[in-house]
This record gives sequence, C-alpha cells and structure tokens, in this order.
Amino acid sequence: MGFENLLLGFQVALQPHNLMVAVVGIALGTVIGVLPGLGGANGVAILLPLTFTMPPTSAIILLTSLYWGALFGGAITSILFNIPGEPWSVATTFDGFPMARRGEGGQALTAAFTSSFVGALFSVVLITLFAPLLAEVALKFGPPEFFAIQLLTFSSFIGLGGGNPIKSLVSILLGFILASVGLDIVTGALRLTFGVTELMKGFDFIVAVIGLFGIGEILLTMEEGLSFKGASARINPRVVWETWKTLPRYWRTFVRGSMIGFWMGFKPGGATPASFMSYAFAKRFSRHPERFGKGEIEGVVAPETAAHAAGVAAILPMITLGIPGSPTAAVMLGGLIIWGLQPGPMLFKERPDFVWGLIASMYTGNVIGVVMVLLFVPIFAAILRIPFGMLTPLIVAVCAIGAYSVHSSMIDIWYMLGFGVIGYVFKKLDYPLAPLVLALVLGDLAENALRQSLIMSQGSLLIFLNRPISGAITAVALFFFFLPALSLGRRRLKAPPAPAASHPDHTP
Amino acid sequence: MRAANLITAAILAAAGVLVVVDAVRLGTGWGTDGPQSGFFPFWLAVLLIGCCLAIAAQAVRLTLPVPFVTRKALGPVLAVLGPAAGFVVLTQAIGLYVASALYMGFYMRWIGRHSWAAIVAVAIGFPVATFFVFEKWFLVPMPKGPLETWLGY
Repeated sequence: MGFENLLLGFQVALQPHNLMVAVVGIALGTVIGVLPGLGGANGVAILLPLTFTMPPTSAIILLTSLYWGALFGGAITSILFNIPGEPWSVATTFDGFPMARRGEGGQALTAAFTSSFVGALFSVVLITLFAPLLAEVALKFGPPEFFAIQLLTFSSFIGLGGGNPIKSLVSILLGFILASVGLDIVTGALRLTFGVTELMKGFDFIVAVIGLFGIGEILLTMEEGLSFKGASARINPRVVWETWKTLPRYWRTFVRGSMIGFWMGFKPGGATPASFMSYAFAKRFSRHPERFGKGEIEGVVAPETAAHAAGVAAILPMITLGIPGSPTAAVMLGGLIIWGLQPGPMLFKERPDFVWGLIASMYTGNVIGVVMVLLFVPIFAAILRIPFGMLTPLIVAVCAIGAYSVHSSMIDIWYMLGFGVIGYVFKKLDYPLAPLVLALVLGDLAENALRQSLIMSQGSLLIFLNRPISGAITAVALFFFFLPALSLGRRRLKAPPAPAASHPDHTP
Repeated sequence: MRAANLITAAILAAAGVLVVVDAVRLGTGWGTDGPQSGFFPFWLAVLLIGCCLAIAAQAVRLTLPVPFVTRKALGPVLAVLGPAAGFVVLTQAIGLYVASALYMGFYMRWIGRHSWAAIVAVAIGFPVATFFVFEKWFLVPMPKGPLETWLGY
C-alpha cells in the first residue's frame, strides 16, 4: 500500500514542471546556504510569499528543495572558507578546512556532498516507511495528546539543547507570550495590545524568523569582522571518482551518522548536536583518532551524514503531527496553512498527492541536489567573493522585501528590524533562537490544546497523565525537562562545581 | 557580559510584569467556557519572571570578565543597523524600490567604497529586477511612492 502511494508521489514529483521547480529551489538554496546571514529558515521565509500563487505541491517542492540546497551550501563555506554557514556545519570545518588548505578541497567537498546525500536518503527511506504509520496513530490523538507532544517538543530543547536550560526556557516562554499578543480567537478578547491598534494583528513568526536569523546574523557577522579568504578547490570528474572509490571503507561511519542523525533529527534542535555526536563517535572508533582535526576525510563524512539525516528527519513530525521540528520546518508549516492545507495526520487521507509528492520530491530533490552541487561548486564558491559592502545592503533589502510581503504591512519591516536586534543580543548572551520561533509558531495550537484538555477534565491537570498515550509522552517530557537539574545534582554529588563551559550553539 | 545579562533579564522580567498585569485584567481563572483569556499568559509570565531571577543570580555568581561588545566591534554593527533603519524610514516615505536604490548606493559608497559604475549597476539593477519578479511575475505588491505613481503604477 505504501509502495503504491510512493509511486503516486513520484508521478507528481517527476512532472517536468516540478523537476524544474526543484532545480530552481536547489540552486537558490545553495546560494542562500553560502551567503552569510541567509540560512535555510529565513531563505524559506523570504521566498514563501512567492509561492502564494503556486499550486501547493509545487510550492512545497520549491521550499524543501531550497532547504536541501541550503544544507549543501553550508558545506561549501565550511570547507573552502572555514566559515560554517549553519551551526550544524561547524563540525565539518574541523577536518574539511585543513583538507582544503592542503589542496584537497575537491576531495573534501565530494565526501561532504556524498555523505549529505547518503544521510538524507537514509532518512527519506525511514520517513517513507514510518510517516504513514505515525499519521495513523496520530489520528487517534485528542487535545491532551497533542499538548503532551508540544510539551515534549519544548522540553527536549531544555533537556537536550545543550545550552543554558533556564535561558532555553526563557526563549520558549517569550515565544509563547509573543504568540498570545492580539485577538484571542476563543474568547474574542484583546490580549497585550494596551490599546495599540497595530498590535491587534500580533507578531507573525515569518517576520520573526527573517529578523532573528537574517538581520541578527548580519549584525553578528559584521561584529566579528570576517573577511573571506578561502581555499580554492579543483573539482573534476576524476577527483570525484577517486574520492568515491575511497568512501565505501567508511561504511560504518555512514551507518552510524545516519542513525544518529535520524534519531536526533526528528526531535527539535537535533541537527547540530547530531553532527557533533557523529563526529565524536567517528573519532572514538577510528584507528587513527590523532588524524582527526588535521584533515581526515572521515571527519567530514561523519558530521555531514548526521546533519543531513537530521535535517530531513525534521520533516517527519511536521507532516504527520503538524508539529515542526526545526524553524525551517516551522516556516514550511506556516506555508501549508497559507496554501489552505490543514497540517496534521488528516493530510495523509485528504491530500495524498501532496504528502506523497512531497516525500517523493525528497528523493528526486536530493539526487538533483548532489549532482548540481558537484557540477557547480566553483560558481557557488565565487558568491563568497562578492565584497561585503555590496552584500550587506542586498541581504538587508531582500529581508525587508520578504518581511513586507507576508502581510503587505509596513509595520512588519519595523518588527523585522526589532527582531534583528533581539536576535543579535540573544545570540551573544547564549539564548537559543530556535525554541523562540517554534513557540511563536505553535503558541495558538498549544494554548488551544491546553484549553480543550482542561475543559475535558474540568480543570484538572491530571488529564495529561491519566490517558495512556499522553501519560507516556508527558512522562518523557517531564524527564527531559528535569534532566538538566538531575545531571547538575549528580555532578554536585560527585565533584566540586566546575565553571560552566560554553556550549556550541544549536540553532538550526 | 554580566551587565548585559542583568539588563536583559531585567527587561524580560519587566515585560513579564506587564503581561501579568494584562492577564489579571483579562482574568486568570475559570470562565463560563473554560480557562479565561489571561490564564495561559499569566502562568507563562510568572515562569518568565522566575527564570529571569535565576538568570540574574547566575550572572552575579559566575560570569567571565569579557565585555558584551568591544568599542571596536560596535562600530561595524552600528554601521549596518543605522543605514538599515534609515532604509526602513525611507521605504515608508517613498516606497521600497527607490529607497532600496538609495540605500544600496549609499552603503556601497560609504562602506564598500565601490566604483560609481558598480554602484549604479547594483543600485538600479536590484530594484528593477525586484520590481519585475515581485510586482509582475508573482503579483506580490511592494510599498510604492511618488515615482511609481508618476510611472503609472
């Protein structure tokens, strides 16, 4: 049954029009991934208004292709310029850049793209198998189950995010509070508007994404005063072929990376920890751990496989539960609503052409993607040679256009600027941005699920623990929530407190 | 860094107090049709204030003695933020296309020190390309001003 559906999906995804959309999406996405200040999430957010007039299936193919492209683009800057375009490419720089400086940029890039492809493919196959099952189970979910899943989503940011758990919680709370600004759809009351008419419409998370990730990132980049002095890469069919011949011997790393990536990826905030974990595992199990960090090809394979597997896995909860696992998936979810689709398990029943077209396009998109980046690396790398004096105003203007076109409202451009400053300050003070965005997206849904559950139970919070499925999910959520406190307590018992180490940022 | 952490926590806590005040006005309890409008924001804000106190306590106890931003690094940041704000003001006044042309021209000359030929090419080329992509092909309108009116749009 699943196979037939997939075939139906391929009929959609292989239409010439949709293939062309995928090619355009990947090309644009790679450019976006290469440029500083334009990552997957806000690239998708900026292009979202352009899809309003497109058929939904082509629109989602454009946006997902953009996302694959951005994932590939991140690898180019990491390896050739030692600048991780996205946080999950940080681990790729460890060995990728030393290789490029040794003149093995072509090999490093080939390894990175191939690993990305393998990781993505692994996740897509798992999505093909599990998404229908998960959607089937989710059909039986009521408000308490959905609220429990939201709880799990946000506690995994706190428990597994890696940063300061209290600051993660603040980001989540702030996102929820911003989401509640404006008209309360249940009671019709105006909340937190303080008589200001502009606030009645509330804050759109797409504008927040563009500001936090786009403008905030540019401000950070300018402060660090980066200058792009990259290694150049010769990449030709012979280099690609020679590299491919060496890759099968790292099959263990591929398998491990894919599994870590998928496992971490379908939970929120997973791609970055997955890439670091995969790198650490590869180093531990390697026969030459001392070569890591000096340009070992396995050190490129491990994080790239995991990051891409995680990036693809983040789509799974978005299409089956209507709960996104990353800011990029959140923006896509926003798109679904704008195109008139109801995200969630019913989508599999109501619009199989859309869901399976999307899943099939993940196969085609990644195949097209790996071919395109291998062919056109020098062109994409040349983008980084555009001087900053030209790039900065271009990116700011593009962000402003994206923010304005969401609602055709001028105030959104001001919000974008404000969110940019917030993004800059939060990033510097180690407040994670991804949970803020997800909370802003899910705010209304979470509040409604909570309200309906409480109405069902007439005000008792025990409803989340009494029902079997929501009880189990809530228990896991509570465990993640208190995980930082538990591990802190254990460390206190064992050893005197050590100064807090700075953690890698985990904003996907 | 300590000051920045404390100030941010204070601002967030103040916002939390504001939310609590508004939530109390709306009612935080049980209405005729379930939880009242202020119920969810109230508890969010209470938690937020609690977290801010904890962050403030953390900041006082252990913060590395590095400044939030050095004077040298602040310059480039403001050099981006200032013109960007100017661009938004201009957009409101004379429309996005003309504003982005002026903004790009100014920035490329002032910061980038590009040649006039490059400046004219980018500063005119970008708005024109945007106009065709958004206004013509994808039918997404942008804010317009006197120039566009004069041209008949």
